[in-house]
Amino acid sequence: MNPQPLVTLQNVGKIFGQVTVIKDVTVSVYAGHVQVLLGENGAGKSTLIKMMAGVYQPDSGAIVVDGAVVTLPTTRAAEDLGIATIHQELNLVPTMSVAENVMLGRMPTRHGMVDRRALRNRARAALALIGLDVDVDTPVGELGIAKQQLVEIAKALSINARILILDEPTAALTRHETEALFAVMADLRRRGVAMLFISHHLDEIAEVGDTVTVLRDGEFVAEVPASTPEAELVRLMVGRNIEDQFPRRAPELVNPAEILAVDKLGASGSFSDVSFTVHAGEVLGIAGLVGAGRTELIRAIVGVDHYDSGTVLVRGHRLPKGNIPAAIAAGIGHVPEDRKGQGLVLGASVNDNLGYATLASTARLGLADFTGQRRRAQAVAEKLRIRMHTIDQAVGALSGGNQQKAVFGRWIIAASTVLLLDEPTRGVDVGAKVEIYELMNAITDAGGAIVMVSSELPEVLGMSDRILVMRDGRIAGELSAAEATQDAVMTLAAREAGSTEIDAIVDDIESDEPISEPNSTTIDGTLAAVTPDNAPTHEKE
Amino acid sequence: MSTTTLAPARRRVDYKKFLANNGALVGLVVLCLALFIATPDFLTGQNLLNIGIQVSTVAVLAFGMTFVIVAGGIDLSVGAVAALAAMVSSWLFVAAGLPGWLTLLGGLATGLLAGMVNGLANAYGKLPSFIATLAMLSVARGLTLVISDGRPIKTAPEVSFLGGNLGPVPMPIVVLLLSAVVASFVLNRTVIGRSMYAVGGNAEAARLSGLPVKRILVTVFALAGLFAALAGLLLAGRLDSAQPQAAAGYELDAIAAVVIGGASLSGGLGKISGTFVGALVLVVIRNGLNLLNVTSFWQQVVIGLVIALAVGVDVLRRKTRNS
Repeated sequence: MNPQPLVTLQNVGKIFGQVTVIKDVTVSVYAGHVQVLLGENGAGKSTLIKMMAGVYQPDSGAIVVDGAVVTLPTTRAAEDLGIATIHQELNLVPTMSVAENVMLGRMPTRHGMVDRRALRNRARAALALIGLDVDVDTPVGELGIAKQQLVEIAKALSINARILILDEPTAALTRHETEALFAVMADLRRRGVAMLFISHHLDEIAEVGDTVTVLRDGEFVAEVPASTPEAELVRLMVGRNIEDQFPRRAPELVNPAEILAVDKLGASGSFSDVSFTVHAGEVLGIAGLVGAGRTELIRAIVGVDHYDSGTVLVRGHRLPKGNIPAAIAAGIGHVPEDRKGQGLVLGASVNDNLGYATLASTARLGLADFTGQRRRAQAVAEKLRIRMHTIDQAVGALSGGNQQKAVFGRWIIAASTVLLLDEPTRGVDVGAKVEIYELMNAITDAGGAIVMVSSELPEVLGMSDRILVMRDGRIAGELSAAEATQDAVMTLAAREAGSTEIDAIVDDIESDEPISEPNSTTIDGTLAAVTPDNAPTHEKE
Repeated sequence: MSTTTLAPARRRVDYKKFLANNGALVGLVVLCLALFIATPDFLTGQNLLNIGIQVSTVAVLAFGMTFVIVAGGIDLSVGAVAALAAMVSSWLFVAAGLPGWLTLLGGLATGLLAGMVNGLANAYGKLPSFIATLAMLSVARGLTLVISDGRPIKTAPEVSFLGGNLGPVPMPIVVLLLSAVVASFVLNRTVIGRSMYAVGGNAEAARLSGLPVKRILVTVFALAGLFAALAGLLLAGRLDSAQPQAAAGYELDAIAAVVIGGASLSGGLGKISGTFVGALVLVVIRNGLNLLNVTSFWQQVVIGLVIALAVGVDVLRRKTRNS
């Protein structure tokens, strides 16, 4: 490690109004070093990186670049010093080509016209920096998220960035895409680029990071090596021990009723011949690779999309196709995969959002039941401990975990008895995750049933009583909680059953996923590091 | 942000919040004060009644527009639909010889139907509301000309009554106040009204929560058509005749009123009271400039600047509140 950091935030502080958001935090980024920033939502991570990126000015302390105190009044000033941020929401123009995006604002010109050849050549050179092999004439919008992210990194590097701030870059990536990103990061590290990395996935820290700065409530808690055990990182982050990351308690029911029965369901191009049942008190996990048809299946069951064949029965009654209100009336609740885009009306109040599913059913003569709705919303918000100022606050102002609780709350008010969850803890911090798991327990304790799709394998393994594995739109197998391991699930999820080696799986899914194809030199490094043994497994007791 | 137990502190916060949320109202009050000082003709009973009559058409159109904008759409056809509804009503009276009250209902039904077609084209035909209602603007105006052969047709007495007086109070003002109450009630209290905010805020989330988004959109446009028809009948009643070019360009006034009133063109936000104030701002400015003998040419310039200013201030206010 170089003795002198490229950038140091030295004892910085930030106050908004009367709220101290950051208090006396020091964090340094070194060349060829991946510094991880860890903390729950609201711990001050984004405020901190915004100070480094020139978006916010620190109210106290100093920013030191190459040993000299600087001010970063604008993001441009930060970029001029080689500091680039890769945001979670990518700053690319989807309709423009890869080349145009990479060179945006710096288009090479000849006689006042864009020099197409120079544009392509320079863009290709930029992509070569990270070994990204895509056609530079492709519109960026046609690439998958992972490749778009790499385009953005290439763009940053081509503007001579030497400090990359990566704000939750893996949040929207599949496991395989994440591997590809980490391969690029490892390569950049060898070449002396400094990186500040933010992630909610604890298992990624040891894989890609060097040291970890832990923040809590805007204060510096500790700096520890990235090899620190996950449990210890969680303890530092939340300030208490989280006894059990996956506190699943299945209720003991005698002859539990069959609540949901899906029979030979099929939708062309998405899934086919899917049959399963879920009983009262049960959590059924659905695992599989992205693109296996899990989300499509859930959406068809709850009536969001149509299906071609098969039936869905709730307590023995057949649901009509593509009819959401009928599904809700039958007791189905749906927590969609994209909370902000599909789950909530962000500009509307918590109260309104909690009441949408019951707006019509509680109305009298077409008049909304205001007082009743408010009472129910208050009660459920209290019960789920949704942290907010008032129930009339816009739901968009809440943290990810509390927003997700609001989506759950809607179905609790609707007295739904079977919940279909799609990535229920995506973008939710550790503490709130456990609260959502406890909520799932409470639902099954009350005799409800849950179907959970999740790409986080530890979550599926930790919270499900039974696991279905989907592959290419079909059910590849079913595992009981006892027999389910990361290995067993992955074996079923990949196309060639029998292969237990992850690299075989990776090769296998290469063909049908819109993911990057980094050149072989970069991928080798990470594949060696990913064996089933050092990935965390969570066996049930 | 926590609510304090100290009453005075709380009252001050509420007062500030009130000002922040009612910028258009503050603007209207300032405007009225300025005109009161500038000319003695402003604050006279006759002038205020004039303002009331003039605002009635714009405001009733704008109430319907508020539904559409809250639900995330736009309706460019309200002016043309207003003219068509009035023309159909008069035609039913003069050419078909129907009783007056029936022609009144016929006019309203025409607006409702035109609005429904807008809604169907938008919700089921997948046409953007801008395009669907632009087409309706042309169709409705064209049909108005076809029916009337380009000439005014006299209205039924029942329609003319809408333009007359109820004792000392002009009927348009009575209709205006009644429709404000009804529109506000629909938007705030009914299932369909509350659904409009959800659809405009995030149509996909509304759909996944079980709200019948398509049916809601059809209802929204149908309501806008109904209010447009009422505005058209008010206008025709005042003139005792349906004019083929009546209410031309009024859709822009209606949109301006809604936007000045604090609604967002991206949907999910807006109130009838705000729209009412927005319509008053437009009409009071025109009225004041008339009293001050400013030419109608300059009036257009001023109105344009006021719209830009009102929305600009609103954007700035939201920005500062969010940071």
